[in-house]
Amino acid sequence: MAFISVDRKCCKGCDICYSICPKKIFVASKTRNQYGTNMPEITNPEDCIYCGLCERVCPDGAINVMKEEGKRDED
Amino acid sequence: MNSLYEKYIKTESLPTLFCPGCGNGIIQMATIRAIEAMGIAKDIACVSGIGCSSWIPCYFKLDVMHTMHGRAIPFATGLKMAQPDKKIVVFTGDGDCLAIGGNHFLHACARNIDLTIVMVNNYIYGMTGGQKSPATPLNAVTKTSPFGCIDDPIDGCLLAQTMGASYVARWTTAHPVQLEKAIREGIENKGLSYIEVLSQCPVQAGKSVYGEKDPAAIMKMYKKAEKEGTVNIGLFKHDDQRKDYLTRVNECLVEKGMEV
Repeated sequence: MAFISVDRKCCKGCDICYSICPKKIFVASKTRNQYGTNMPEITNPEDCIYCGLCERVCPDGAINVMKEEGKRDED
Repeated sequence: MNSLYEKYIKTESLPTLFCPGCGNGIIQMATIRAIEAMGIAKDIACVSGIGCSSWIPCYFKLDVMHTMHGRAIPFATGLKMAQPDKKIVVFTGDGDCLAIGGNHFLHACARNIDLTIVMVNNYIYGMTGGQKSPATPLNAVTKTSPFGCIDDPIDGCLLAQTMGASYVARWTTAHPVQLEKAIREGIENKGLSYIEVLSQCPVQAGKSVYGEKDPAAIMKMYKKAEKEGTVNIGLFKHDDQRKDYLTRVNECLVEKGMEV
């Protein structure tokens, strides 16, 4: 299972990750980030295919995807 | 926070000053990944001018020069002459590179000096409030063209090819993998590498040029424009035969007997 995290301090709520993820892992939620906008919620992280698009496309580097806890997936 | 981002970004100066959904962050990430893959963080020096896009390198834990409006390329040329071992990446915008710095850009291309220019084209002057830039498309309504833009836009890639840059490519923020590869090839290429990146500006260009304020929708428009062929995207020129400026300087000095 993938360990996906969205940093509350970095996220600005631009909603790019909702549309870029091919497995629709990121969904809208009511949680507020530190910027004051709504941030994504992670659903079904076991569907992750490690394409790395969310990490590449997040403009604020808020998303981190790991294969194992505490270990970065070096592709 | 992304672990690579944390490694290369000054975390004490976060959050970045970019608006939510700005493409500059995607270019930051692509650059970080290219530098990490090459493993040459110590040899990189970044130079930037004035504008939103010129804030991209200011968050890097690298050697960075934030210089005058339009004069990023002359500063980078000087830096390259003084320290030829450094790999220099110039971050500049469409107003910075094509309007006020247009002449410097032409001459740097003609000299084929070993720089990597990442030109962030967001079709507008974003920082000052949405004025028309040289790259604004025809009929776009902006603050300074209220009846629609009547000037033909300047195509930076065509200009760079004509003036003799040795690596010319155009990608968008919707192509982060290709962009990362282009920046890597540009740094490896000996000679001037010009990489134009179409980047969404959801706040200023969103209301005037695209008519769409959602950054994800603008990125989809880029993909659509690529398929329909309205915007040329891809690698246009990769000529590694042309000599760069420093090689020619050294050859001249050897010929005159001033250096062995």
